[in-house]
Amino acid sequence: MTPTPIWRRYSRLFGADPAADVKDELRFHLQAKIDDLVAQGWPLETAREEAERQFGDVRAVQQIGIRMGEKMERRKRLQDYWNDSIQDARYTFRTLRRDPGFAAISILILALAIGANIAVFSVVNTLLLRPLPFPDSRQLVWIAPPPSACGLSCATYSADAYEELRDQSRVYQDLTGYMAFTSADNLRLTGRGEPQPATGFEIIGNFFQVLGVHPAMGRLFTAEETRPGVHPVALLAYAYWRRQFNSDPAIVGKSVELNGTPITIVGVLPDTFDFGAVFSPGAKVDLFTPLDLNLERDWGNIVTLIGRLKPGVTIAQALDDANRVAPNIYFNVKNPETLGRYKGDLIPVRLKDYVTGKLSRSLIALWGAVGVILLIAGVNLSNLLLARAIARAKEFAIRGALGASRNRIVRQLLMESLMLSSAGAALGLGLAGSLLQWLAHQGSVALPLLGNLRIDGQAMGWTVLVAIFTATIFGLIPGLRIAGGNLQEMLKDSGPGAGQGRKHERVRAVLVVFEVALACVLLVSAGLLLRSFVKVLDVDLGFQPDRAASIKVDYDDTAPTGEASQAKRGEIFRQIIDRVSALPGVEAAGISDYLPLGPNREWDSPVPKGKAFDPAELPSPLVYVVTPGFVRAMGIRLRGRDFTWADGPHSEKVVLINASAARFYWPGEDAVGKILMRGNEEDHIVGVVDDVHEETVEGGTGAQIYYPAMQQGPSGAQLVIRTAVPAATVAASVLRSLRDLNPKQPAAEFRPIQTIVDRAVSPRRFFMLLVGAFASLGLLLAALGIYGVISYSVTRQAQAIGIRMALGASVGRVQLDVVSGTLRLAGVGMMLGTLLALAVANLISSLLFATPSWDVPTYLGMAFVLMLVAAVSGYIPARRASGISPMDALRSS
Amino acid sequence: MDPAKLEFFRGTLDVLILKSLVWGPLHGYAITNLIRRQSDQALLLEEGTLYPALWRLENKGLLEAEWGLSENNRKAKFYKLTPEGRRQLRHEVKTWEAYVTAVAKVLAATQPPAQEEVA
Repeated sequence: MTPTPIWRRYSRLFGADPAADVKDELRFHLQAKIDDLVAQGWPLETAREEAERQFGDVRAVQQIGIRMGEKMERRKRLQDYWNDSIQDARYTFRTLRRDPGFAAISILILALAIGANIAVFSVVNTLLLRPLPFPDSRQLVWIAPPPSACGLSCATYSADAYEELRDQSRVYQDLTGYMAFTSADNLRLTGRGEPQPATGFEIIGNFFQVLGVHPAMGRLFTAEETRPGVHPVALLAYAYWRRQFNSDPAIVGKSVELNGTPITIVGVLPDTFDFGAVFSPGAKVDLFTPLDLNLERDWGNIVTLIGRLKPGVTIAQALDDANRVAPNIYFNVKNPETLGRYKGDLIPVRLKDYVTGKLSRSLIALWGAVGVILLIAGVNLSNLLLARAIARAKEFAIRGALGASRNRIVRQLLMESLMLSSAGAALGLGLAGSLLQWLAHQGSVALPLLGNLRIDGQAMGWTVLVAIFTATIFGLIPGLRIAGGNLQEMLKDSGPGAGQGRKHERVRAVLVVFEVALACVLLVSAGLLLRSFVKVLDVDLGFQPDRAASIKVDYDDTAPTGEASQAKRGEIFRQIIDRVSALPGVEAAGISDYLPLGPNREWDSPVPKGKAFDPAELPSPLVYVVTPGFVRAMGIRLRGRDFTWADGPHSEKVVLINASAARFYWPGEDAVGKILMRGNEEDHIVGVVDDVHEETVEGGTGAQIYYPAMQQGPSGAQLVIRTAVPAATVAASVLRSLRDLNPKQPAAEFRPIQTIVDRAVSPRRFFMLLVGAFASLGLLLAALGIYGVISYSVTRQAQAIGIRMALGASVGRVQLDVVSGTLRLAGVGMMLGTLLALAVANLISSLLFATPSWDVPTYLGMAFVLMLVAAVSGYIPARRASGISPMDALRSS
Repeated sequence: MDPAKLEFFRGTLDVLILKSLVWGPLHGYAITNLIRRQSDQALLLEEGTLYPALWRLENKGLLEAEWGLSENNRKAKFYKLTPEGRRQLRHEVKTWEAYVTAVAKVLAATQPPAQEEVA
């Protein structure tokens, strides 16, 4: 072959043209053929026809060729792009290795920001976005009355109501529920050495079938087993089976002893089912027994209701159905006048909303906070890259002059940011993983579903998104600035103080202002949440949690008659309290069946004697059945007298009421000495106690009433002791005394009352700590940003500063100039930030407690902290500036 | 021609193209001529089918193409073997020979095979 002439070689300089190539090639073939045929003596016209005949379908072959050519061209372009990217990546890797400090700092910043984002995304995803861990969980609804002041008793339904609703409503596949009045450690596992406390929930027989939970071993309850008189059975929670029974593979069918009664284990629930995580956050539940509705029929409101809707039924339809059925439902079928008592009180909500709905605002706020962190980190990185890019402006200019397109240079810069953010994301993923690992095991935080936290595929996907997003925002700005600059300018822009440099500095100042403003928003939000938290801790709970502790007490409550059992119980309680009070270090001891900030119940609506009230208005107080000494042990202030052991079954009936109840029944009068009527029973009020926060630290309190355990029936016994020494030091001796009196006493947990309070405020503490941590991170990043900009500007102005100092400017004067420049920058950012913060604070106002969204101390504190941080970040470069030797500065240029 | 034969032919065409480029770069028209002459006019391929085969081999990296000038100074696309193409040719020649030997053995047989021993 003869070499191609030079003009032909470059005929395709402007890109390949596969179609033209194919045509050319085929045309040559035909022409060559015609030439040969003509040479053999064919006339030209017939030669052409013969050539085309021998070739076959020219058009079809040409089509095939064009298609194949295009495909190849595309592949080649992709290959080129890929090769370029690999080249960019190699180059970036080399340049980053030359500057390990820069690489390390950027990767660390990104890791913190991206890690925070992944962690919070996982929390949000687990608690808000992901469906509950049940099949078709959108069909599950929680049925409850609207919130009211009378606690759990007004949030539950009677056994009759459950059955009536189940039979009459048409929208449910099935309804179920569980016994709501269950406290921790309500059972004793006996017959295996020392009695062990256990927490068991009584559930309506079809509970697991409705939820769609299948046992890991054995079977669920049969309909037979929910009827009375059948041999008792139980299902074990997976964790309890592992802990208490050493994962005994042959546990199904074995018999264990609960409270002295043999009970057969029919199955073990799967590891994935965590009752506490869904229904009572933070609580551990060990086993489940079938609830006998017949036994509970006369106990009033006792079960919560959970339903599984038929496919396609909406919440609105379910509500319509409930409103249709409600007037036909009895509270108690035996009392016809209780028909329709649940009117307006059957409100189905999605189970998911019930479990996590209250948290959605906090979680979204948290999500916003990490989003802001990401922005700050992005701006910061943008600034760092811009500074680097300016330092490398000449390199880019030369590359541009040598023919690299702007696209190529922007791509190079994006590759750099992408590599940094990928490294940051990888490290962040690790950080988030360990953070989640830690969070998942925070049993003391009363948040639902926390145990399910982990890095899953969705979190991974989110990580990739976040990494790309970050890389784009922080890589694009410097990229566009550099690529948009004039190459000639850049090549000339060698000396400090040149125009281009100043323009870049302005961009960087704007970025820092933006960063400070965002940090402001975070600081104010964190400050407001912190103030709210402090206010919550300051709430007068009505009792003194410090130096008080409680332990669940087991006692023999069998007696032939109510009166006999009251007398017997009084004697047992008296012995316990006498023994425990006599222990060294114990100041007071008393027993109550329920403790504040936990489950509670109401009985009925007593009527103040001699006063007329509309029965509908009368409150239904929360009931606590207590012994003498409880009020003092709990640290509840009392006016009047406490119960005494003399208040027995045969003496005058006495009660204590709280201040709210006293104010309601006898406004402006002293309630002590007055009488409350419960039916025909006269209850003499012997004292008035402070309102005790019964359900939440933050909520208000309603009417409360205390009955002596010697006159009414308590449901269980919690011994509360107040100690002069740390409560833990007397735990052993208290338990020993209880064992002496009752060998069946299990080794129940000795709980400081403070932990009950801590648990109640734990979600708020959790969010406050997280937002606080994010705010600190934001502040740190903003400080880094300020430092970077000021430091760069000092370097750039070294010569000017040197000249000024040579002309007699003092060290202090130079430093002052630099620091005041910094403060100016921070000041502008802060003004912008304050406006932003006011808007954001309004959005989170529902998360605040007793703190207005314009809380002045918070804003002042934020301003002080930011100014201080800005001053410090400016002072370091300022010191450097004042250290510039005039001679060196002048010589360096 | 029925599809089975076409398939067989196409496979053979590839190896014929590779073989014809052993002595140096050629354009498509020269390849058809070479194959016809080497086979003493026995193999008459439809010229149109040659090109898709050439492009496919080029896409696979077995051939390399370059524009050049033909004997009578026309612009033509010349193909040449890549090292990969050379390896492929050696391999296919071996396969072809083994195939031919096997077929020849069967066709040359004069008696049925001995009864297979059953264990």
